Amino acid sequence: MLYREAGDFKTSYRDDSQTFPLKLDRWGYYAALAVAFLVIPFVITDYWANSVLVPFLIYAIAALGLNILTGYAGQVSLGSGGFMAVGAYASYKLATAFPEISILIHVLLAGGITAVVGVLFGLPSLRIKGFYLAVATLAAQFFLVWLFNKVPWFYNYSASGQITVPERSFLGWIITGPQTSASAKYLVCLGFAVLLAWVARNLTRGTVGRTWMAIRDMDIAAEIIGVNPLTAKMTAFAVSSFFIGVAGALLFSVYLGAAEASETFGINKSFLVLFMVIIGGLGSIFGSFAGAAFLVLLPVFLKNVLVGSLGWPTDLAAHLELMIVGALIVFFLIVEPHGLAQLWRVTKEKLRLWPFPH
Amino acid sequence: MEQLLYASEVVVNGLMTGVMYALVALGFVLIYKASGVFNYAQGVLALFAALTLIGIQQGQVPFAHLISAVTGMHLDSFGWTVPSLLAILLTALVMVGLAILIEALVLKHLVGQEPIILFMATIGLAYFLEGLGDLMWGASVKSLEVGLPQGLSETVETMTDSLFGYGFFIDRLDIWATIIAAVLVASLVAFSQYTKQGRAMRAVADDHQAALSVGISLRFIWVMVWSIAGFVALVAGIMWGTKSGVQFSLSLIALKALPVLMLGGFTSIPGAIVGGLIIGVGEKLFEFYIGPMVGGATENWFAYVLALLFLVFRPQGLFGERIIERV
Repeated sequence: MLYREAGDFKTSYRDDSQTFPLKLDRWGYYAALAVAFLVIPFVITDYWANSVLVPFLIYAIAALGLNILTGYAGQVSLGSGGFMAVGAYASYKLATAFPEISILIHVLLAGGITAVVGVLFGLPSLRIKGFYLAVATLAAQFFLVWLFNKVPWFYNYSASGQITVPERSFLGWIITGPQTSASAKYLVCLGFAVLLAWVARNLTRGTVGRTWMAIRDMDIAAEIIGVNPLTAKMTAFAVSSFFIGVAGALLFSVYLGAAEASETFGINKSFLVLFMVIIGGLGSIFGSFAGAAFLVLLPVFLKNVLVGSLGWPTDLAAHLELMIVGALIVFFLIVEPHGLAQLWRVTKEKLRLWPFPH
Repeated sequence: MEQLLYASEVVVNGLMTGVMYALVALGFVLIYKASGVFNYAQGVLALFAALTLIGIQQGQVPFAHLISAVTGMHLDSFGWTVPSLLAILLTALVMVGLAILIEALVLKHLVGQEPIILFMATIGLAYFLEGLGDLMWGASVKSLEVGLPQGLSETVETMTDSLFGYGFFIDRLDIWATIIAAVLVASLVAFSQYTKQGRAMRAVADDHQAALSVGISLRFIWVMVWSIAGFVALVAGIMWGTKSGVQFSLSLIALKALPVLMLGGFTSIPGAIVGGLIIGVGEKLFEFYIGPMVGGATENWFAYVLALLFLVFRPQGLFGERIIERV
C-alpha cells in the first residue's frame, strides 16, 4: 500500500535503467543522504562516531572493494588486511613526505598505490582459481604485513614501530590527529563512502562490471564470447584494491590515528571484511553497507547487553561474540546465501503486494 | 664444512616441522577428498581437541566461567584428574560427537551448494569453535602433558657428534611426532584400501551420486570422515600443544597447512606429506640463509609465497588431479 510502483511511469530508457527506478526508493535515498549530511554531523557524539558510525563507513568502503572482487568478479581474496595496510602506510608516507598537499588527496593516492600492489598480487589469478587463489592471496596478507614490520623506512624509523598520523586540516577543519572533532571524522568518511559507492554502482552496471560478472559466472565461456580475462581480472583487482586502500588509509589516518601493521591489519581484518561481504550479500552495493553495519553493530550491541546490562566479564562477552558471529555466518549461508541484500529485496517484493498478496 | 653441518641440522629440523604441518594438512585432505569441502576449521579443530583434552585430563568443569558469571557460583574443577590415555579416548569421543553435530547442523543443509559457500561455512564454523573452546575451557595459555618425551635427544647428539664431530640438536618430541605421523598415515592408507568403510569413502570421494546409487550412505560417510579428521586434529593438537602450549595461535597452524596443501595438491595424501616436508625444510633453510639479510621472521610468509610461485607453474599442485575445465 505504501510501497508501490503504480503511477510511476517511465517515458525513457534513462528513467528505466536508473539506480532507483521507483520514486519512493529515490526519495528515500535522497532523504537518507540529507539526514546523513545535514542532520547527523550536528548531533553526533564522540561515542557514536568512534564506536559506530566512523568504523561503519570505513568498513563499508572496504566491503565495497572486496565485494567488487569477490562478489562481482568472483575472485576470492583473503588479502584485504594486507591491502588495507598498504593504504595506511602509503598515506602515512605521503602525508609525512608532502605535508603541503591535502591529506584527502593523499588518501586517494594511497588508494592508487594499493591498486598497483593489488594488481601485482592479482597477477597469479590468471592461472590460479578458486580456493587455490584464496590461499595465494594469503601470501599478500602475510608478506605485506611482514614487510611493513621489518623495513623501518615504512614507519619512518620510529622507535615503537608504529605509525602515527600528523595533524592535518582541510578548509580550516582539523580532520586528522587527536584534535579531530567527531563530526569532522564522520563527514570525511561519509564523503568518501558516498563518492566511492556511487563510483562502484556505476562501474558495476557498465561495461566493466558486465565483463567482471561474465568472468565470475564462467571464465572460459566469457573468454570465448570475447571478454579479455586479463583486463577483466586486473581491473577488478585494481578497483577493489583502490577501495580497500582508501579504507585502510581512512582507518589509519582518520579513525585510529596510529597503527601497527600486524596488530591493526592482521589476518582477522581480512576475514572480517570477507564476512561483511558474505553476510551483506555477494554482488550487491547495498549489501556491502548492510554487512558492514551488521558486523560493526553486533559487537557494540553484544557488549552493551552482556557487559553493560548483565554484568559479564568482557572476555566472556568476546568469546560469546565469536560464537555468535560464527553461528550467524553459517546460519546466513544456510538460510540465505545471498545475504542481507537478498532479504531486503524479498521484503521489498512483499511490500509491493502488501496488504493484498493475491 | 661447519656451515654445511649447520645447514643439515636445519634441514633435519625442517623435516620434523614439515611432519607437523603434514599432520594438520592430512585432516584437510581427508575431508576434501570425501566431501569436496575445503575445511578451514581443521586448525581450530586441533585447538579445540587439545583444549578438551586438557580440560578432561584436569577435570575442569566445562563453561566454568560462564556458569559462575551467570549464577554467581564458583566452580573450577571436579577435583579429579583423568589418566592421559583415557582422556585421549574421551576426547576422541567428543570429536566424534562434534562430527555428528557438524554434519547434522551444517553440512546437511549445504548439500549441493557451491564449494566456495561451503568454504565460508567452515570459516564460520572455525569462529564458532574458537569461541566455544574458549568459553568451555577458558582462554588462558595451557601446557599439555600426555607423557610424550621432550627436550634434546641425547642419542642423536652423541651419534652425530661421533660421526661429524658436531652434535645435532633434535627435539625428542619431533622424533616421536614423525613416528606417530608415519603410523597414522599408514593406518589411514590401510583403512581406505582394505576396509569396507574405507572403500565406501573413496567411492564417495570419486562421485557422490554414483556412490549414492550403489547404496552408500553419504551422511554416514561424512560423519565418519569428519570424525577421522577430528581424530587427526586431536593428534596434531597433542603434538603442537606439547611443543608450544595450547593457545589461540595453535589454530593458525591451519593457515600454514594451506600452502602445504597447495604444493602437494588438495586431493593427495602423499602430496600432503611431501608438501609438508618441502615447506618445513624450505622455510627453515630460507630463514637460515636469507633471513638474517632481510630482518628475520620470514617463516611468516615464505610458505605462502613459495606456494604462490609454485602454483603459477603447476596450478594443481605436485600430486593433485589435473584440473580440466569445460564450458
